[in-house]
Amino acid sequence: MDAVTSNFDLFLKGFGYTLFLFLISGLLSLVLGTLLVACRVGPVAVLRWAGGWYVTLVRSTPLVVVFAFFQFAAPMLGIRFGWVDVHIGAFDFTSFFAIAVVALTLYTSCFVCEALRSGVNAVPLGQAEAARAIGLTFGGTMSQVILPQAFRASVPPLASVLIALIKNTSVAFIFGVGEAVAQMRIMTNNHSSERTTIFLAYAAGYILIVFVFSFLANRLERHWRVA
Amino acid sequence: MSASVLFDSPGPRTVARHRAYSVVAAVLIVVAVAWAVKGFYDHGQFAYDKWEAFTTPSYVQALLVDGLLQTLLMAVLAIAGALVMGTVLGLGKLSDHRWVRWPAAAIVEFFRATPVLLLMIFIWYALGIKEDSSGFLAVVFALTLYNGSVLAEVLRAGINAVPKGQSEAAYAIGMRKSQVMSIVLVPQAVKIMFPAMIAQCIVALKDTALGAAVLAPGLMRVGKAIYTELHNQVPTMAVVALLYIVVNLLLLWLATWAQKKYVGEKKLQVAMVGTMDTGRGV
Repeated sequence: MDAVTSNFDLFLKGFGYTLFLFLISGLLSLVLGTLLVACRVGPVAVLRWAGGWYVTLVRSTPLVVVFAFFQFAAPMLGIRFGWVDVHIGAFDFTSFFAIAVVALTLYTSCFVCEALRSGVNAVPLGQAEAARAIGLTFGGTMSQVILPQAFRASVPPLASVLIALIKNTSVAFIFGVGEAVAQMRIMTNNHSSERTTIFLAYAAGYILIVFVFSFLANRLERHWRVA
Repeated sequence: MSASVLFDSPGPRTVARHRAYSVVAAVLIVVAVAWAVKGFYDHGQFAYDKWEAFTTPSYVQALLVDGLLQTLLMAVLAIAGALVMGTVLGLGKLSDHRWVRWPAAAIVEFFRATPVLLLMIFIWYALGIKEDSSGFLAVVFALTLYNGSVLAEVLRAGINAVPKGQSEAAYAIGMRKSQVMSIVLVPQAVKIMFPAMIAQCIVALKDTALGAAVLAPGLMRVGKAIYTELHNQVPTMAVVALLYIVVNLLLLWLATWAQKKYVGEKKLQVAMVGTMDTGRGV
């Protein structure tokens, strides 16, 4: 237990990066995923087709491959993150962090799109028919009847997508971000006799984050449940 | 939901407007693709020598045999182990005995909430990182533990999704609990679970790529060997991605087919479980 308690600041710093990665790429994925789902259910055929292909291709690719491809391809397309150099307290946000955020966002937004789409599909057809029958316009049907229900129905799948994102932030370690798994490796290298304790401590950290998040998501789901 | 319910069929002016949107969108997409292609072209990514490896038999053989085959082998072993573990833990979670139910639930929750990569690296260290086979085994064991606990949850949800009348009728004709499970509930549950299980296979296959962190064999390692030798990072990663995509799309197609054949319109509501077609278990 010594290895973890005496290096507790490193432990917290690792999970700090994990949380920053999760919050920033989570928010960006929600935005990009919403745009994607708008493309996929909208009336413009070209966008429906393009959105469909993007989601199909990216979600069939392992996250590591998305990361590696983006890391190699971005400089050739003139996308460089050399300007990202922010230091807040003990945290340094550099180009490695920026690449991780973009790769996680590109990947997670596909799953956000699918979660939102399943929410729209979960609204019974009768709801739309009834809304039309009482004379609501397209805008009225969508904003008063369909979307409020669709949003509530997509809370559980969205929550599991975001929980998966919490765990997926660990992949950023392979690409040079000093988040929790990276710290766990360093700590294990320095104190190899305590590797089981170190592993359990880091696992407990992830479990805590996941449980707090899913508790909040459950509360929200119960609060908003459609009768 | 079909869009036609939401609005009247478009008149001539709306049709023209949509056509205009389509043209604008198409132009934007073409410009974006052209920009990407130009970027790659300017850096010589379309030169023959960058792609030559993928028409050379020895490299293709390395990609398919040392790469794809090893990746598939890891995924198959992990899924087989996960099925066993999922069955044991899933039935354990449904047990009437508290001393079986609680440990099973604790194991499932622990491995579901821990990142596979963390688990993989721990197992890799535990097996000894100097050993040749420890990378391979670390991937297989980590994926078995993670996917096994997800499948346990899928099994539990599948059994709970069988209509209650089925087990009540089975008890009424005098079956014991083990008989109700094995003769009545599990066969019906497996049918409902089939698409979710295939979706989990896709997740396992994609996660084999994490083996890159523990020097495991497979597509990532072969890809890395090729691009370190030939400096063709972008073409190599594109080929590796393509191989993963092809296998995953085949599995996805199988899942859709199984959904139609075995489940029909009934949907399994498994909140927080790893079915991919509703965006879960990323």
